[in-house]
Amino acid sequence: MLMEVTKVPKITSPQTLFGVSEEIKSKAEERNRPQIIVGLSSCGIATGGRNVWSAIHDKLEKNKIDARLVQTGCIGMCFNEVLVDVKKPGAPRIAYKNITPELVEELIEDCVVSDNVRSDLAYCIIGEGSYDGIPNWMETPFFVRQTRRILRNCGFIDPEKIEEYIAKDGYKALAKVLYEMEPDEVIDTVIKSGLRGRGGAGFPTGQKWNFTRLAKGEPKYLVCNADEGDPGAFMDRSVIEGDPHSLLEGMLIAGYAIGASEGYIYCRAEYPLAIKRLKIAIEQAREYGLIGENIMGASFSFDVKIKEGAGAFVCGEETALLASIQDKRGEARTRPPFPAISGLYGKPTNINNVKSYANVPQIILNGADWFAGVGTEKSTGTKVFSLVGRINNTGLIEVPMGITLREIVYDIGGGIPGGKKFKAVQTGGPSGGCIPEHLIDIPVDFDQLRQVGAMMGSGGMIVMDENTCMVDIAKYFLDFLKDESCGKCVPCREGIKRMLELLNDICNGKGKDGDVDLLAELARIVTKASLCALGGTAPNPILTTIRYFRDEYEAHVRDKKCPAGVCKELIQYFIDEQKCTGCTRCVKECPQEAISGERNKPHVIDISNCVKCGICREVCRFEAVGIK
Amino acid sequence: MAEAFDLSKLDEIFHELGQDIGLIPFLQRAQNSYGYLPREVIVGIANRLFMPTSKVYGVATFYTQFHLTPRGRHLVQMCDGTACRVNSSRDIIAQINEVYGIKPGETTEDFKFTFELVYCLGCCAIGPAAIIDGQVVGHLTQRKMINALEKLE
Repeated sequence: MLMEVTKVPKITSPQTLFGVSEEIKSKAEERNRPQIIVGLSSCGIATGGRNVWSAIHDKLEKNKIDARLVQTGCIGMCFNEVLVDVKKPGAPRIAYKNITPELVEELIEDCVVSDNVRSDLAYCIIGEGSYDGIPNWMETPFFVRQTRRILRNCGFIDPEKIEEYIAKDGYKALAKVLYEMEPDEVIDTVIKSGLRGRGGAGFPTGQKWNFTRLAKGEPKYLVCNADEGDPGAFMDRSVIEGDPHSLLEGMLIAGYAIGASEGYIYCRAEYPLAIKRLKIAIEQAREYGLIGENIMGASFSFDVKIKEGAGAFVCGEETALLASIQDKRGEARTRPPFPAISGLYGKPTNINNVKSYANVPQIILNGADWFAGVGTEKSTGTKVFSLVGRINNTGLIEVPMGITLREIVYDIGGGIPGGKKFKAVQTGGPSGGCIPEHLIDIPVDFDQLRQVGAMMGSGGMIVMDENTCMVDIAKYFLDFLKDESCGKCVPCREGIKRMLELLNDICNGKGKDGDVDLLAELARIVTKASLCALGGTAPNPILTTIRYFRDEYEAHVRDKKCPAGVCKELIQYFIDEQKCTGCTRCVKECPQEAISGERNKPHVIDISNCVKCGICREVCRFEAVGIK
Repeated sequence: MAEAFDLSKLDEIFHELGQDIGLIPFLQRAQNSYGYLPREVIVGIANRLFMPTSKVYGVATFYTQFHLTPRGRHLVQMCDGTACRVNSSRDIIAQINEVYGIKPGETTEDFKFTFELVYCLGCCAIGPAAIIDGQVVGHLTQRKMINALEKLE
């Protein structure tokens, strides 16, 4: 249902909105041309989407083919990018995967010009319908267990055209709120839905709104945390790039509920496409009278500004974020007072994550019970995850709370590539923890994850296999946090450094007896004494890896070995005589000239010269280079 | 006598955005214009906003986006996000050090390129990934990275 821009009047009442929506829908149904849909959000572009777009555009022009070429957001199948979908009138929408500019010629000739559907290039059918040999998306393991609510429009609309959002019941929730609900009713609905903060801490969203509403002080502010700093997380980015109006509508509703008329979206500077699409969305909403004075003809006014981050992970923490909006160093402060009481410029401020706001319009339209109809008792609704790492089906997924990790990794994710053994799942970014194999059947919800020492987090879910060293992972996160700490409080600033020193020693073969216990003790102190959640959760990766993978730590300390074969000081490269064919490839490639051997005779690595760069392993075609 | 530093670009930005401009957006625009934030620009911004230079310096040094020294002709940003890390980004980082002698955050002596780490480009499906001069390069190996760097002028 993707369509051309039509010029429509300013929306000054729900009736106008409904009228506009119907008009757009009817124009779409009249359309009789094939549509070619290309995924052009950051992941699609990164995989070469723009080149594929250009190739299709040129082909259509050259052969004067009558078809509409449209862009859309991320549908979540990152492992299949670049995705090109073809929707012909009267036929189902077919998603073609891994399309390159070279494949465009035959794809268009066969699937658009002729009716040769090319099931060999197809992955699935999206939406309704079926076709011989091509599964419907709800029959594929990747999609069948998903419940796409926040992501419902991603991959189905052009995010740079507000009309397409309106045609999908966009802004109807806002109309209902402005004309049929009091602010208290809105808050009650959100409380009843059980929505908990999707930034990861899981604080009940409705309650937070209520605190802000009841707080004394004018003006009140609304802030959206779009800083998404967790490495491996791109859920917020995908929502903004694929369906920016869902965020705006959620913010407008929240602003009405708490009594704010000004909102800020704090978006990290590393997301230029998201910022661009937000700017376009805000402008278009303004043109239609959906942002600004007297929204939709009601007496509610609200404006939205974008504030770009400047590269600081700590600015994802709410008090540091507020400091940054005020052009200061992103330093955290003590709480109380909480932002709901005293936030931006000292005024009551409600801060929520992108996904929390994006959930709101549907809660209003479909009701609190609908939202709570999936999920668990205390963690209602769905959650968006970025499923990445050592996994076959890398991508963006939305699942009901309560689904197990096993289902996510093996059913949706398609298991571990190369037949390797699953080792752990890391959730919650640098604040989270690693969950081992024996816990893989736990239902994913806020409280269950906390119980095992991990944390839901914003939604990054990184799968690790037998070749991941868990001590190295703990070191990696600490290294990251050491540079990102704002430096204000001693436990975080100094504690992280000292923990890192211990970990470096352990990974370099200098670990001593008692180091692991000292590390754990230090970790517990840093957790308790830090000023904010950055320091407060920094030890989580250490504490969970010690809890579940202590044997790896012991191997590093006692035996000076790295079982996963990662920590350079503790491993050796060797060539397996049985597998080596004597092709001399590694001999030529070794930058240290540390490999010797004649043609057709097994080669040998001189470990005194070997710097363990791994190039020999990379170039060997016979898997003859091993690590011990 | 040393030449006076040219602050005209700074004035252009200031006039365009007005006295109400926030410090961080001002620094961002100034860096876009000058390529980095030399001392003269930091002092210039402090004067225009009636702020102590130390405050401006404090903000400029807090955020990783701001650079107070000149950068290379090319920018190489290697993703060291968790997914790429798990897919061996560290070997590529080590290899750049081997060949060019620089660590993340540093610039080659001949100013050919500046090497940075970034944490998650969201390209986890094609990792290990990097951005070279704004273009994403995926499925990297050590060889591929070194080849790409050698092609830069």
